[in-house]
Amino acid sequence: MPVSGPSISLHQLSRHYGKVRAVDSVSLEIPAGALVALVGLSGSGKSTLLKMINRLVEPTSGTIRIGDEAVDSIDPHILRRRIGYVFQNVGLFPHMTVARNIAIGLELAGEEGTRDERVSELLDLVELPQDMATRMPDQLSGGQQQRVGVARALATRPGLMLMDEPFGALDPVTRDNLTDQYKALHDKLGLTTIIVTHDMAEALYLADRVLVMEAGQIRADATPAELVSGNVGDEAEALVAIPRAQAAHLIALGKTS
Amino acid sequence: MNGQWQQALARVPELLAAHVQLSFSALLLAMLICLPLAIWAARSPRIAAVALAVASLIQTIPGLALLALFYPLLLGVSALIGGGISAFGFLPALLALTLYALLPILRNAVTGLTGVDPAVREAADGLGMTARQKLQLVEAPLAAPTIMAGIRTAAVWTIGAATLSTTVGQPSLGDLIFAGLQTQNWTLVLAGCLFSAALAISVDLLLGLIERGIRERSRILAGAGLLLIAAGLLIATLPLLIARDNVVVIGAKSFSEQFILARLIGSRLEKAGYSVRYRDGLGSAVVFQALAAGDVDVYVDYSGTIWTNQMQRTDSRPKAAMLDEIAQWTSANHGVKMLGALGFENTYAFAVRAKDARDKSLKTLADLARVSSDFNFGTDVEFLERPEWRMVQDAYPIRFKDARSFNPTFMYPALASGEVDVISAFSSDGRIAANNFTVLEDPKGAIPSYEAILLLAPDRSRDDKFVAAINPLIGAITVENMREANYTVDREGDKKTPREAARWLNDKLRE
Repeated sequence: MPVSGPSISLHQLSRHYGKVRAVDSVSLEIPAGALVALVGLSGSGKSTLLKMINRLVEPTSGTIRIGDEAVDSIDPHILRRRIGYVFQNVGLFPHMTVARNIAIGLELAGEEGTRDERVSELLDLVELPQDMATRMPDQLSGGQQQRVGVARALATRPGLMLMDEPFGALDPVTRDNLTDQYKALHDKLGLTTIIVTHDMAEALYLADRVLVMEAGQIRADATPAELVSGNVGDEAEALVAIPRAQAAHLIALGKTS
Repeated sequence: MNGQWQQALARVPELLAAHVQLSFSALLLAMLICLPLAIWAARSPRIAAVALAVASLIQTIPGLALLALFYPLLLGVSALIGGGISAFGFLPALLALTLYALLPILRNAVTGLTGVDPAVREAADGLGMTARQKLQLVEAPLAAPTIMAGIRTAAVWTIGAATLSTTVGQPSLGDLIFAGLQTQNWTLVLAGCLFSAALAISVDLLLGLIERGIRERSRILAGAGLLLIAAGLLIATLPLLIARDNVVVIGAKSFSEQFILARLIGSRLEKAGYSVRYRDGLGSAVVFQALAAGDVDVYVDYSGTIWTNQMQRTDSRPKAAMLDEIAQWTSANHGVKMLGALGFENTYAFAVRAKDARDKSLKTLADLARVSSDFNFGTDVEFLERPEWRMVQDAYPIRFKDARSFNPTFMYPALASGEVDVISAFSSDGRIAANNFTVLEDPKGAIPSYEAILLLAPDRSRDDKFVAAINPLIGAITVENMREANYTVDREGDKKTPREAARWLNDKLRE
């Protein structure tokens, strides 16, 4: 498995909105090639933390390094072109075809020479039929749109993917499908991925490391196995309790029938 | 009827060209102002609030008032920087219409730009677009249909409001409407309305085509619309491209006598080899300044008007002395040459029904004062505010039972029908004689003299051929002939055009 993704290092990172500490002095090391899930309730600061990495949100204090480069030493738009970003509302450009949406990063970077081949390759990668290329976004289903969103983020071959509730708005079957396929992509391309989700079950299933956030701080940092076995703090336990109870209920149902 | 239509249609191409040129320039200027402003406003809610508030405020000013405001404003600016700015014609009309077009363009552009889906913005940022790329690739294309709709609204408003620019001396299809209203020539009014409406509708349709093209992302549709607009613009303004040098501009205020005299002057100048253009419907203050600035070459004014309005005099002087002083004043202060008096007066004249004059033995204003407490007074809309009314009241103890204001057209019928008992008529108006009204004398000379006088722009006063062509008009028009000519234009049936009346008057000139 080739690893092309960078490592990430956060040092005493904070973001305050007035008196509210959305992210409160977080320090964290994420090794290259990791698939990390950032889990927490709404308002726990997980999205803010994620968006500081590609400078959609500027930190109040602290530093972020990608590989050995501090992010504030790079122009925000240059930095963002090197990082794939996928979020819940997708944000496909409604006035552009699927192909142009996917290739927009190449257009920005002035690498349009191999555009058509790359689009075709990316459609395959996210398992969309080739004839989608000429469609407009509003002709696609929600799942198809998010596949295009993932393809668009991968177009410039970034090593790091930031994903903010990427599959949150999709139906469970599509969501499960995409989650599986993304995990495979992550491994195949050797990416470093940070994925924000409020769904502990998804995090446990997808990630090789789960961070639980509350009130702007990381309250638990463990592998899925460690989380499920307990002893990782009350906040994490409260979140893990839900899928555990659901699973137990399903198993009980299976036994009684 | 056919003749009237032909005459109206003959003036359309040139007026349409000027109308299109003016509206298009105003629209273009408004777009140049609004689009950058909207981009700024879309990034700053405070700028948006201020800009939209100002644009809305401007919109509440009636179009005519906005035009009227620019006239003194530009005069002031011109005086401040030592001249060189024309407060007459194109510039004030352009500025007023541009301001008028701001609101719809600005409002739609701000709405369009701020209405872009936040998710799309976030995606643009996340992909690493610079602010410029985001505007160019995402915000502008997505806001374009809304912006285009705003431009469409502005275009229709501007084309409609451009008809008002006649009043500041800018030719437009409004010339037909204003002239028609004044002489009750409904063919002219109709022609002006039809053509400006047709212009507005076709521009709206073509811009609508472009808007649809943008909305449906059809380059062919948008391109076709754009091409048609460009072609229409070119064809419509073609008459302006045909070079005309040494064109004489003849000014006229907004009543029949002025139209007739302008045509009389014009026909004589045409015979002398000049090309002539008419600027009808100008305000009293506007036309004199325009003459002084050389935007108008010649027009007829009245001694009392120059005396009270321009010279700010409130004293009364004998006729001859007054004319001398006016000639000296206009020459010394504005370089304007008073060529001379035409031979008739158009002053305020108190007129009563012949039967009343006989029964109540009314001959003078002193007699009127005697019976005034039983009389209802009918007057035009401004007379009661004018200095002449104060002068009359100072000289004669007149106290009317009641006073009512009328449009001149309805003032004469009101006296004839007994609705009022005395009116402040115009002494050269043909409807006095036609209704057999009696004009009361003014033995104390309270009302200043309103001799019709011929005024020349500074440059024209040195043009001997020009002066020779119109000099025969001096002292050549009797008040009876002027009344007759006015009446043929003003009367209800068998109306003559100002040009026909001018031809008749030319034949009656006193040697």
